[in-house]
Amino acid sequence: MKLHNISFGNIKRRKGKMLFLVLGLVIGISTVVTLLSITESMTRNIEQRLNRFGANIVMVPKSENLSLNYGGIDVGGVSYNVREFDQEKLANIRTIKNYKNLSIIAPKVLGPVKVKNKNVLLMGVVFEEELALKTWWHKIGGVFPEKENEVMLGSQAATLFGFKIGDAISLLGKPFKVTTILKPTGGSEDDAIIAGLSASQKLLGKEGRLSMVEISAFCQGCPISEMTLQIAEKFPFAKVTAMKQAVMSKMQSIDMFKSFSLGISLIVILIGSLLVLVTMMGSVNERTREIGIFRAIGFRRGHVMQIILLEALLLGIIGGILGFGIGNLIAYGIIPLVIKDGMFVGINMNLGVISILMAVALSLLASLYPAFKASNMDPSEALRAL
Amino acid sequence: MTQVNHFIEIHGLKKTYQSGDTKVDAIKQMDFSIDDEEFITIMGQSGSGKSTLLSIMGALNHPTQGKVLVDSLDLYSLTTEQRADFRSEYIGFIFQSFQLIPYLTVLENVKLPMAVTGWTKKLKDRMAFEVIDRVGLGDRAHRLPDQLSGGEQERVAIARAIVNKPPIILADEPTGNLDSKTACDIMMLLQSLNKDGHTVIVVTHNPGVEAYADRTIRVRDGECYA
Repeated sequence: MKLHNISFGNIKRRKGKMLFLVLGLVIGISTVVTLLSITESMTRNIEQRLNRFGANIVMVPKSENLSLNYGGIDVGGVSYNVREFDQEKLANIRTIKNYKNLSIIAPKVLGPVKVKNKNVLLMGVVFEEELALKTWWHKIGGVFPEKENEVMLGSQAATLFGFKIGDAISLLGKPFKVTTILKPTGGSEDDAIIAGLSASQKLLGKEGRLSMVEISAFCQGCPISEMTLQIAEKFPFAKVTAMKQAVMSKMQSIDMFKSFSLGISLIVILIGSLLVLVTMMGSVNERTREIGIFRAIGFRRGHVMQIILLEALLLGIIGGILGFGIGNLIAYGIIPLVIKDGMFVGINMNLGVISILMAVALSLLASLYPAFKASNMDPSEALRAL
Repeated sequence: MTQVNHFIEIHGLKKTYQSGDTKVDAIKQMDFSIDDEEFITIMGQSGSGKSTLLSIMGALNHPTQGKVLVDSLDLYSLTTEQRADFRSEYIGFIFQSFQLIPYLTVLENVKLPMAVTGWTKKLKDRMAFEVIDRVGLGDRAHRLPDQLSGGEQERVAIARAIVNKPPIILADEPTGNLDSKTACDIMMLLQSLNKDGHTVIVVTHNPGVEAYADRTIRVRDGECYA
């Protein structure tokens, strides 16, 4: 016979009341878990959407000249920058501290070629990376280039030269095949011929060189500005720029969801704690006689408190586990309904541990006053209330 | 004249309850003493103050005035927690209408006073079974109180009161809820406990109980009389 036997016995006997108390905790914890899961899922969702906007870090060679180009309108006067990166050194990007947050790295080589006596921009890309990054690139037919001697044309370039899918094109005397034409994008690629990276490097005489690198780094709250600095450190001759706007808007929306969830969680937890307090208080009042007996047969005030707080601890653990489970279930059911293309992000075990700790803390805190009141009952008064 | 130390001494005891604006004197003035291993009945009508007296002797109820000395210990100069320890060590209560914990078995109810001791489970079990056998409930140890008759519940209450081997047993109307045959058995049991060395104090209004006691203290209107 130990004090915990009394706590267990009481919980078993007053199942209804204890269920009510656990319910208070479950409501609080499951709301928090649900909201956190929804926030998490929203964050992922926004990230995915923002990902479709393309690169958020751009690395170009440092230049001493200023750009004379705005919104795609080139006012001329500045020749192509001749400085380039070593392709070999690109692997260094993967050695930065936050390398795990890098998702797409799309290297490019740029240079002019003559087609039908006209200068046109040749973009050498790694198609796999480029297409993953530029999800707004749509072809009007055919297939994206796969072989060394295949190219793709921007819509404007195709119209200007009158090329169709399947046509042969000669670049600096070498034969290529047009496998597809892009739908207009409004970007620079409309005017360009896009070919494989190594083929373009050979054509332009820039073997092993890169003109620019576009990087996509999205993750939950990853420090884009810091990553920019980390990359700049590895490439002292490069200008590394973060697309601040995308990052900022992402952060803002996430922060808004977070404060919203926090507010709602606090209110629900407050209500849950009140429920625990009221139930525990009722339970203590019902047990006046019992507590009188405990005190009469020699239990100290501390022992009575221990019995009640032990009950609170046990119920807190049960409430935490149930609340976590139910919260995840609700999130699983509700996320596809409230977020377009939203998906449940999975069970976060750390959140599980925090949920249980939170439920226990809540239950203990809300039971502190009832326990104190019980332990301070005058035993002779308590026994007279028979 | 030599000072004789009695086991229990009551000096100038007074207890007043405040009920709204009116004061009720439950105990007006009492002085008496009880010796070790005595069997005492405290007789009185209901409202005479005898139950209040019992709770004061049991370190449960602070008197308005006066002293209670048990084993030379001034009970109401102790702190609340010290008084709890005193009850654990010195007093075995047998309450009116048994006061068993309904969700604990006979064995658990009997072991209840030992829950706050550091004794081993083995020792607790041995002591509990010893007293359960003593009160004749050896085959009922794992039943819940509501599966027992009134007399059996009274025996569990007695077993719980004596399991810690307290020197003093305080019983409040132990025969109140029992038929006369069972009441007689219970009084015999208390008598045999007294023979084993417990000081037994029984509060009752039943004159039939008097016969078992060494001495009777009569109480009327909050005072003792011969």
